[in-house]
Amino acid sequence: MNTLKLIKYQLRDVLRSKWVFLYFLFFLVATDALFRFGGDGERVILSMMNIILLIIPLVSIMLGTMYLYNAREYIELMLSQPVKRSQLFIALFAALVLPMSTAVLLGVGLPFVWQGAIFTHAGSVLFLIFMGISLTVIFSSIAFFIALMTEDRIRGLGLSIVLWLFFAVVYDGLILLFIYFYSHYPLQQPVLILSMLNPLDLGRIALLIRFDASALMGFTGAVFQNFFGSTRGLLIVFAVMLTWMATPLLLGFRRFVMRDF
Amino acid sequence: MILIQNLNKSFGKLRVLQDLNLDIHNGKVTAILGPNGAGKTTLIKCLLGLVKPDSGSLKVNETSINGNAEYRHQIGYMPQIARYPDNLTVQEIIEMVKDIRGNPDETDEELYHAFGLESELLKKFKTLSGGNRQKVSAVLAFLFRPSVVFLDEPTAGLDPVSSSCLKDKIKREKDGGKTIILTSHIMSEIQELADKIVYIMDGDIQFEMTTSELLEATGEATLERAIARKMKGIAA
Repeated sequence: MNTLKLIKYQLRDVLRSKWVFLYFLFFLVATDALFRFGGDGERVILSMMNIILLIIPLVSIMLGTMYLYNAREYIELMLSQPVKRSQLFIALFAALVLPMSTAVLLGVGLPFVWQGAIFTHAGSVLFLIFMGISLTVIFSSIAFFIALMTEDRIRGLGLSIVLWLFFAVVYDGLILLFIYFYSHYPLQQPVLILSMLNPLDLGRIALLIRFDASALMGFTGAVFQNFFGSTRGLLIVFAVMLTWMATPLLLGFRRFVMRDF
Repeated sequence: MILIQNLNKSFGKLRVLQDLNLDIHNGKVTAILGPNGAGKTTLIKCLLGLVKPDSGSLKVNETSINGNAEYRHQIGYMPQIARYPDNLTVQEIIEMVKDIRGNPDETDEELYHAFGLESELLKKFKTLSGGNRQKVSAVLAFLFRPSVVFLDEPTAGLDPVSSSCLKDKIKREKDGGKTIILTSHIMSEIQELADKIVYIMDGDIQFEMTTSELLEATGEATLERAIARKMKGIAA
């Protein structure tokens, strides 16, 4: 009960600040603009994929960290009320992730509806939005974990940026380096496993396969197509994404329950 | 009634509270004093369950504080710096805390009227001045008629009129049998309000006496001088 009450007021606070609305507007304008610049459904989905894979992790991790740092005194006050720590944690997380996920859902979804492309590409659009929401949850959990582990705001925010850079840029560089050095060996399996360890790469590959763009990736693409195209592969993708959501969230939860405020 | 036994707390290598024992009785105003960083706020936060002690036992009105949240129904808390969600109005904040406390019928709105907060009700929290934030926080500390009230530097940032309103309220609540624990750096205020002084330094209690005992024992007229003399005596 308390959890729902806390969510209600916290949600009201989040929705009144303008950033969630701006975030929603950004997706709405970007998606609609891509349609207007002459893209058909397929091409808009691929372009939006690139935008989503870049923007959502960045915004989620930065906003999430700042959000929790800003709530610091509020957390202290609420914990001096008859409120359980677990209730407050769930409320804080829900009040951040619900509006951000809704912004992705509506911001990307609505233009597809009014441009009529939703009917021909329903599966792909839903898969794209699913990936967007998963990344929101994953990077918000990581943000919570960082903000709960690091007392210093500046260091926490710095760590968030570095982590995003690592997942978005550095990691791919490392994989390329790995491929370059071991190019005499059959690398399909190791690369497959390595890309599972980064939610961004996993999202990108799963989406590309889904959109039949795997031909662009040559022989490796064929291996990936074999794996991700099968039901078993898809289930593994879901399982890995779920693990990525649950692990930082549970670590953050444990920290929240144990730590001093 | 608050019972603290063998309380220990370290932050890393820093031992903030060392084997601290303290009884706080009902119907008294107890002032916790000490130099900056002596562990006053940490002690209060231990009693609120915000800081988890390394060892020792804490009881508020016979209930052990072991991660349960229910005992906080009996507690009111006014922190040094209060911050509620920025975009909620004062009215919504009061509503929220009432909601969480299960909307009791008999709320104590005396301070709310004394401060004249009616005119601030529809303002968002982020637009309030520091003093008005303190007022909201003070109102919430007394609103649910808690039997134990913690006030951490309550009058800091309040104008003289509001400050004396709050002091009157503290006296009335004490006479009504409430347990009040307060910290402050303003000695005249402590002299006016406190029945008992608990002086903490280096994480342990240096002395514990009633205000009149302390003044008598040192032969000083003001509390500030009395404490200074007493501490010199301990150091020597």
